[in-house]
Amino acid sequence: MSATDATTSARTATSDRPGASGAVGPYDRVEVELTVNGVPRAAFVPPRRLLSDFIRHDLELTGTHVGCEHGVCGACTVLLDGQPIRSCLALAVAVDGRELTTIEGLAGPDGELHPVQQGFQDHHGLQCGFCTPGFVLSACGFLAEDPDPDEDTIREGMAGNLCRCTGYAGILQAVKQAAGVLRETGADPCARHAGRAADGAVAAGPESGR
Amino acid sequence: MTTTTCGPSSTAATGSAPAVTGSAPAVTGSAPVAPPGTRERTQRRVRDGLGTSADRPDGTPKVTGAFAFSSDLHDQRMLWGRTLRSPHAHARIVSIDTSAAAAMPGVVAVLLAEDVPGKATFGLEHTDQPVLARDVVRYEGEAVAIVAAEHPETALRAIRAIEVTYEPLPLLTDPAEAATTDPIHPDGNVFRTLPLRHGDVDATGDVVVEGTYEVGMQDQAFLGPESALALPSDDGGVELFISTQWLHVDRDQVAACLALPADQVHLTLGGVGGAFGAREDVSLQVHVCLLALATGRPVKMLYSRAESFLGHVHRHPARMRYRHHARRDGTLVKVEAEILLDGGAYASSSTAVLANAVCFAAGPYRVEAARIDGQVVRTNNPPCGAMRGFGVVQVCFAHEAQMDRLAAALDMDPVELRLHNALKPGDAIITGQRLTGTAPVREVIEAAMAHPLPPDPREDEPAIALPGGAGLTARREDVRRGTGIAVSIKNLMYSEGFDDYSTARVRLETSPDGEPFATVHSACAEVGQGFVTLAQQITRTALGIERVVLHAADTGVGSAGSTSASRQTWMSGGAVQLACDTVHHGLLERARGVLGVPDEPLVLEPGRVVDPATGAEVAIAQLLRAGPLEATEEHHHAPTSTLDADGQGDAHVSFAFAAHRATVDVDPDLGLVRVLQIATGQDVGRALNPRAVIGQIEGGIAQGVGLAVMEEILVEDGLVRNPSFTDYLIPTALDMPSVAATLIEQPEPGAPFGAKGVGEPPTISSTPAVVAAIRDATGKALTRVPVRAQDIAFGEAGAIPPTAGSTSAG
Repeated sequence: MSATDATTSARTATSDRPGASGAVGPYDRVEVELTVNGVPRAAFVPPRRLLSDFIRHDLELTGTHVGCEHGVCGACTVLLDGQPIRSCLALAVAVDGRELTTIEGLAGPDGELHPVQQGFQDHHGLQCGFCTPGFVLSACGFLAEDPDPDEDTIREGMAGNLCRCTGYAGILQAVKQAAGVLRETGADPCARHAGRAADGAVAAGPESGR
Repeated sequence: MTTTTCGPSSTAATGSAPAVTGSAPAVTGSAPVAPPGTRERTQRRVRDGLGTSADRPDGTPKVTGAFAFSSDLHDQRMLWGRTLRSPHAHARIVSIDTSAAAAMPGVVAVLLAEDVPGKATFGLEHTDQPVLARDVVRYEGEAVAIVAAEHPETALRAIRAIEVTYEPLPLLTDPAEAATTDPIHPDGNVFRTLPLRHGDVDATGDVVVEGTYEVGMQDQAFLGPESALALPSDDGGVELFISTQWLHVDRDQVAACLALPADQVHLTLGGVGGAFGAREDVSLQVHVCLLALATGRPVKMLYSRAESFLGHVHRHPARMRYRHHARRDGTLVKVEAEILLDGGAYASSSTAVLANAVCFAAGPYRVEAARIDGQVVRTNNPPCGAMRGFGVVQVCFAHEAQMDRLAAALDMDPVELRLHNALKPGDAIITGQRLTGTAPVREVIEAAMAHPLPPDPREDEPAIALPGGAGLTARREDVRRGTGIAVSIKNLMYSEGFDDYSTARVRLETSPDGEPFATVHSACAEVGQGFVTLAQQITRTALGIERVVLHAADTGVGSAGSTSASRQTWMSGGAVQLACDTVHHGLLERARGVLGVPDEPLVLEPGRVVDPATGAEVAIAQLLRAGPLEATEEHHHAPTSTLDADGQGDAHVSFAFAAHRATVDVDPDLGLVRVLQIATGQDVGRALNPRAVIGQIEGGIAQGVGLAVMEEILVEDGLVRNPSFTDYLIPTALDMPSVAATLIEQPEPGAPFGAKGVGEPPTISSTPAVVAAIRDATGKALTRVPVRAQDIAFGEAGAIPPTAGSTSAG
């Protein structure tokens, strides 16, 4: 039911949406062009469209979740030019020309998990999983700033996102493991995972750890 | 090794989270008990079978964003539904004018109470809640009208365009007045009154301590708001994709309200963003289906966070008055309690919540006599129902505070007092029911106390480690440390004679590549707890294969019951086991034919069936060439009885125990608290997936800590003042203490694989442990949770027992 096809033409996606016929709302539409997960995308949106709604409804990338609608829970966190932001507190028109990374843009081209994603899987850093994409992207941004954090720093770095299921222990462990893997490989935490085949340095990391 | 359970004897050490430092040897009492139907069992372990920390099958889709939550569902033709809610806690509806809303472009339907084709009300135990209010609203947020529109903002503007004239009615917001106030509902204001009389109710002790305690209204605060997609089906029925805890009870309520036969209402579980009890009741289920049938189009509904706070039930606020009698040596003589729960406007599961509060009012202790009077009433406050711990959370806060008061009065170590009175197998609880299963109360207490205390504060610790955190408000020299302990008993599964069951279908066949695989079909709602992992583990172990596919949870198979009451591992795990046993039996029958050994006891090993007498074997894949093997089985637990007029009876199936020791730092002047550590011992029967068990323990403790120090829905004159995550606080990573856990593994007789449910106990006694620790640090009485800064800074002093464990373990 949910569409996550990043190659869908933005124009088509927009015109297929309920209400896009113009029957509803007095709003003009503004064209937004940006790079999403490495792919150029464009869409016509009302100027007041929230970035979170733009991502979910116009781009049809539903891995970005909306939990509180006002910037408290962090479930809607995405990377804008490599910086984590709350997409529910930003407008789509404000990201024109920028580079956006959502949770769908982290795993390698072969589906291999990004080290942060792998950490959450390995350490049971999720139960219901609703907060997980936001946590993963917050962690990517955090590790880009602090590649070698101690446990207290990780705890503080992850305190801007809410999880109701896990009690956070598995999440903190996931970030710790990912920090080690990323340091070893030297990969940019905010970049799509290169995958073992694509990059010699990356290939050395996970393999040598086994 | 004759049973399918093969967990390590001490599983805490295998938990991957290093915060879990527990590695005290797990106590194994009775010998493992073979569950029924295990005459011939897998002799060698299959990969990722029972007892291993197998990965979640939904782990990868959840970390990549591919997992579809119900809020992600979409249909090209869909409309958006929205609910108009009452702004009043109690009012008469004088008139409703929908003409302006209905005339708005893009609005397709506006429905009121008279548009409900079937039963006008719904409810889990008593159908007393209107689908849409007709003449009166009884709480803030009660649904009055629903609309469907082409765009979500059109739907929002449409409900704002509905003109409702209300005439406010007198408010009933004090539960103490409910029983004597004019009824605010035709069914009256008292949901249930439950007296319990046990032993010599006139007995007295040498030492008597009294207290009055209060528990505030906690919210489940799951992260994924209520959402669903309903599609009209070709037969005139409806297809509903929904995040819920109990598909079949939703279906039955939807069908009744829509006047449809149950088989025309088909439900499929959408991805669930947490539950914790809040999704056991109907919220938007009937509304979204009504709109789909009225418009003939798919309809999606999605609550906002504020609407979610108004749209689901909460934990019952409680007022409790206690009196404990004991002999000089600490032996409990009698527990007296009056328990009043505020059920809010509608019944939900209030009657069952009260039963738990009354049955476990004395805690996990031997008590010769008890006189308990419980009542749960209707008010104009928000409706309350299920939340993790279900009635036991409230009384545990009170009885554990009482135990500390008693320890102080006796000048006895609070741990010693608890050990002295701890229930053990064969003892009776205050309902007269004997503990026929495991009851490692002493063991969980000793395990919690055996963990090292957190290290003393370091001078160079960052300011964020102080109470109050990064605000730099607490001064290090003002901070005082305290520790406290609390212990709990919780019933597992449903009680009071309810014939609880779960259904599972297992099909074993070969894939096109020739490899055998099994498909498990269960309606069990995966809400994050990890049943999907467990179902695979059970099937792998039982059938000796690695590939297990999970059919979507839906109403195309029989009910699995609710994902609540710590029951799904036992109930639905048991159902999967039974279905696997039948398939297993079929495999062995085929193997006897193939091997020509009609009477030999054969053994299933990973991938094959072996004749141990001759060593002859046949591959499972070969046995399946004759076609798939499929079985559907229902699993019922042992029957229970109702409670008699004195609250006596064998009303419960099984019990789980936990102990928590909390360590806190407090700034007494500013009333700031930092919870440093929770050490726990928990009775788990057997840990079937140790990593998942630890996850339940850590997550449950987070919710218990939240109730202790921050979580409360503030209700003034029936109106919710803080329906947002800005104002309703839940613990962040910085608020969460480290957790040191020891799993006590004593296989429970009668339980599939000996495993007990583990979800609720961590939430129950962690709260009173934290408050006991704050009392220890501050000397304040703290008779109410959540503890607020003003309670610490300005609250009354209380009787403080010697620091927990200082004499016994120090």
